[in-house]
Amino acid sequence: MRVEILESPFDPLHEVAKHQESLLAGQFGAMAVFVGTMRDFNEGDTVTSMVLEHYPEMTQQHLLDLARIVADQHKLTDLLMIHRVGEIHPGEAIVLVAVWSAHRAAAFEACEAMVEDLKSKAPFWKKEQLVEGESRWVEHNTAGPRTTA
Amino acid sequence: MSIRIRFFASLADRVGIREMTVDGDDIKTAEDAWKACVDGMDIPGNARVAINQQYADFADPVKQGDEIAFFPPVTGG
Repeated sequence: MRVEILESPFDPLHEVAKHQESLLAGQFGAMAVFVGTMRDFNEGDTVTSMVLEHYPEMTQQHLLDLARIVADQHKLTDLLMIHRVGEIHPGEAIVLVAVWSAHRAAAFEACEAMVEDLKSKAPFWKKEQLVEGESRWVEHNTAGPRTTA
Repeated sequence: MSIRIRFFASLADRVGIREMTVDGDDIKTAEDAWKACVDGMDIPGNARVAINQQYADFADPVKQGDEIAFFPPVTGG
């Protein structure tokens, strides 16, 4: 299991491939991956970059606890989670969640559970830089696939 | 001993404080800690609080040596 917070850009699919090399072939039958990337637009405005602030001590603990709980609940073979902080530009990955399990149901459910929890509870905050030079805090995340907006 | 209080993101901008340390036996709850730092401003309805890096309620007890954080709804991921 690997949980990491990075201050510099990362290649999510390379990280998935690299992590999977550490797993024994035949140990798992399914893998699910979620990658969240930065858009260059939000609420009708062009966004040129953003800064992701976090509460380092709480973030680290929250993500580790979450990973352990989800891995245990869904009997995962392994799990990889990477989240960016600091200055981020459009197209860069913000978050990667990858899970490996025996069957697809656990993989899908665990991946979604991880993403939805971190989007609603992990202490990260986005501040967008707009093309006009103005900056603003993002006030809330969009609803997830199983929640009503 | 004292209580360390931290503010994050838009809430830090709004109150104009990122971190301060207070001591005083009058601080019994997280809400008391807010009042000790942010005199005259009600706690925003969407504000969250954590005590020692764990989500908590404003009425939860705090003690000397604790770290209390106030922040807006999270927007990571």
